[in-house]
Amino acid sequence: MSQIETFYDVMRRQGITRRSFMKYCSLTAAALGLGPSFVPKIAHAMETKPRTPVIWVHGLECTCCSESFIRSAHPLAKDVVLSMISLDYDDTLMAAAGHAAEAAFEETIEKYKGNYILAVEGNPPLNEDGMFCITGGKPFVEKLRHAAKDAKAIISWGACASYGCVQAAAPNPTQATPVHKVITDKPIIKVPGCPPIAEVMTGVITYMLTFDRMPELDRQGRPAMFYSQRIHDKCYRRPHFDAGQFVEQWDDEAARKGYCLYKMGCKGPTTYNACSTVRWNEGVSFPIQSGHGCIGCSEDGFWDQHGFYERVTGIKQFGIEATADQIGFATTAVVGGAVAVHAAASALKRAQKKTEEA
Amino acid sequence: MTTQTPNGFTLDNSGKRVVVDPVTRIEGHMRCEVNVNDEGIITNAVSTGTMWRGLEVILKGRDPRDAWAFTERICGVCTGTHALTSVRAVEDALGITIPDNANSIRNIMQLALQIHDHIVHFYHLHALDWVNPVNALRADPKATSELQQMVSPSHPMSSPGYFRDVQNRLKKFVESGQLGLFKNGYWDNPAYLLPPEADLMATTHYLEALDLQKEIVKVHTIFGGKNPHPNWLVGGVPCAINVHGVGAVGAINMERLNLVSSIIDKCMEFNKNVYLPDVVAIGGFYKNWLYGGGLSSKSVLAYGDIPEHPNDFSADQLHLPRGAIINGNLNEVHDVDVRDPEQVQEFVDHSWYDYGEPGKGLHPWDGETNPKFELGPNLKGTRTHIEEIDESAKYSWIKAPRWRGHAMEVGPLSRYIIGYAKGHEDIKNQVEGLLRTMDLPVEALFSTLGRTAARALESEYCGRLQKHFFDKLITNIKNGDSSTANVEKWDPKTWPKEAKGVGMTEAPRGALGHWVRIKDGRIENYQCVVPTTWNGSPRDSQGNIGAFEASLLDTKMERPEEPVEILRTLHSFDPCLACSTHVMSPDGAPLTTVKVR
Repeated sequence: MSQIETFYDVMRRQGITRRSFMKYCSLTAAALGLGPSFVPKIAHAMETKPRTPVIWVHGLECTCCSESFIRSAHPLAKDVVLSMISLDYDDTLMAAAGHAAEAAFEETIEKYKGNYILAVEGNPPLNEDGMFCITGGKPFVEKLRHAAKDAKAIISWGACASYGCVQAAAPNPTQATPVHKVITDKPIIKVPGCPPIAEVMTGVITYMLTFDRMPELDRQGRPAMFYSQRIHDKCYRRPHFDAGQFVEQWDDEAARKGYCLYKMGCKGPTTYNACSTVRWNEGVSFPIQSGHGCIGCSEDGFWDQHGFYERVTGIKQFGIEATADQIGFATTAVVGGAVAVHAAASALKRAQKKTEEA
Repeated sequence: MTTQTPNGFTLDNSGKRVVVDPVTRIEGHMRCEVNVNDEGIITNAVSTGTMWRGLEVILKGRDPRDAWAFTERICGVCTGTHALTSVRAVEDALGITIPDNANSIRNIMQLALQIHDHIVHFYHLHALDWVNPVNALRADPKATSELQQMVSPSHPMSSPGYFRDVQNRLKKFVESGQLGLFKNGYWDNPAYLLPPEADLMATTHYLEALDLQKEIVKVHTIFGGKNPHPNWLVGGVPCAINVHGVGAVGAINMERLNLVSSIIDKCMEFNKNVYLPDVVAIGGFYKNWLYGGGLSSKSVLAYGDIPEHPNDFSADQLHLPRGAIINGNLNEVHDVDVRDPEQVQEFVDHSWYDYGEPGKGLHPWDGETNPKFELGPNLKGTRTHIEEIDESAKYSWIKAPRWRGHAMEVGPLSRYIIGYAKGHEDIKNQVEGLLRTMDLPVEALFSTLGRTAARALESEYCGRLQKHFFDKLITNIKNGDSSTANVEKWDPKTWPKEAKGVGMTEAPRGALGHWVRIKDGRIENYQCVVPTTWNGSPRDSQGNIGAFEASLLDTKMERPEEPVEILRTLHSFDPCLACSTHVMSPDGAPLTTVKVR
């Protein structure tokens, strides 16, 4: 095992000093919301741990989760794959195919019984005897069950594995079913989003390798460290919401000043994700920053909740006893209708993906 | 038994059957079966799309302004291209025009996807068919450095120490016994022809490309907020431009534009210093391996894309060419009209759908589909454990689209053949330059290698186009136009009671079309015919075979039990199975529901 290159080896080999390495560990700790006392633990883990075997399977999906994963900037995807985990099976990236790939799958399960992580991208369809998704000539759901049986833990990547996503939107013709409804006897970490943010994906893996335990999960099974606050809570446009400054139609003066997109249908007020803090693609931007409202892609059943340009209703602003309608200009672009104003400010804290039709 | 297909191929299914399932390093799920004769030559090929998601029925009854987000999720690899096709289809139906800036920004985003997709495809999905990373351990880093400087004198990362570091890392990785993604690869197969130094150089670039690809997509993040799956807008683009005044930090401003510009430069450099030289260098060792031409020398199709001006899709205004070539006649490039019910039609005789009558073809506006999963009498195995499929019956979740009855190949090679035949100046220059450098005749284009080379040339061309549209965007802003969206018809009340439209793009993998019917402000019918539906098409009622199947025929396999050659050729199409297999009943007919366990 001494041959195995640890994460620390990688960094040193790349000319990174011990000092910088420790700084990296501090930043990682901070990013995970941990105190300074955790820094040596992270450093120790990164210096010594061999690579954890991972089996990554694909059901009905679009591969956006894999694509997001390889966008990770810290850590870099290549360092994750070469030095942190051992990606022993992943049909999207592996060299082998057919029988040789199937053999790699079986060997990994056999060799690391109870010690590998199963990462699931996509979900199994159950209609038509499962044959809406066939792999190795058999229904994908069989492969999923087989791989799950001896897994240490399961990561449900993205909205597909966590909730069903687009193929499960009404009327769900294939009966696409999220992983936790098929596998009920294993710990499952849901990392929702369409796709999840790259650094959230690698952050969850790094956390598990570093602390050798499951991250703290909320009631829905999502890591609390990334999914416990709404996009609205930390949105940099929040002051405009509070001040009643809204974009009224695309490309108006307010849009050019970066005002709040609430009236354009932004689902930030009801979406739990890290987009407004971690942001996307190395922190370059996130949907609201680039002028489009959040479509709520990390929430269960978001495809069927409402149109993406329909306004979330019943949201009050802090310290202001009026709704956005009364403060802003007359609505011009949003689907019209009276806005029900019942919710108290405290109601915001409750998960409210159930938005009312405007 | 030997049969002759109407489109000119000989099939013989008497030899040994070889099954590859899963076909890996593609998007989605696919199976391939071939028959191999005693000399190891492929005499019959059967490609099966093995997934189906039913997106179009899900779209029925929804707001057409939302359709881009649903269809974007058809594919996360070619992310954005379905969204662009969708907003174009809806705009076409409703008569919505977009501002000049929106056209430039959309083009920059679409081109970013082309470049990203081509680079990731070559290095991360395709390279391992040509490059042997295990053999790279035997390379001399100094000789590798010399090779690098020879093939690409201006690439800065070329020192012997650099290659030694990568090699050491690789060595440790291999010696750890945990081979990860390289596990069970075909590393001692004689089909791999590169010397160790070329293997080390290419493996090093596998890692460089992995670092670069996350930069390319930042163009999507800037204009669309995230990648994968950036945001789009019917009527323009969602991002506003403000380079001069108050609040510019909340919009596309000078800093954002500078970031876009720097990424465009990075891509151009990588294409010039790494991607193209690698294709030439690797291709040079394989230039006698000219299998895999298939349909490319007979029938190719492109819709064209990258309009110079907004709202003008006429063929002579598109930077990526439009046209159809049939029966190998390069002297005649046919015009393509996707609205014509006689041109694009889909057939399902060998697909797991039912039209009610055999041999029927339907134009997408009138498409109808009912899934019908049934296996032929010669199947080996059971309904839920397919050992050998029966291609005489239904055998794929992919439909069979045809252009005027012809099976067509689509993709970068098709675009380049059409561009070459039409005398497209940039394309002609690139193709002739490459053939000269590699000392190959023009016929060499019709091959697996040609497909792979066309993709690299296109990536380079798209880099230049990106720069063109960036400059255009800046000039337009300079001239006082900051407009990015047309909201005149945003409100459904302004729409006609009924409308139909079509959107076209050239996705990285080829011609992509969405056909939409809108009624009372809602989607009545939505149909997509996507590149891998064309390329991965099963047989039609006449017995014509599709591009995947045609390309595998006559290929010599070094070791039939190790499908290196099959993977090589299939990968050269960059298959995207999630794209190809999502079609669904437009009338929303209820499906038989059978619960599993």
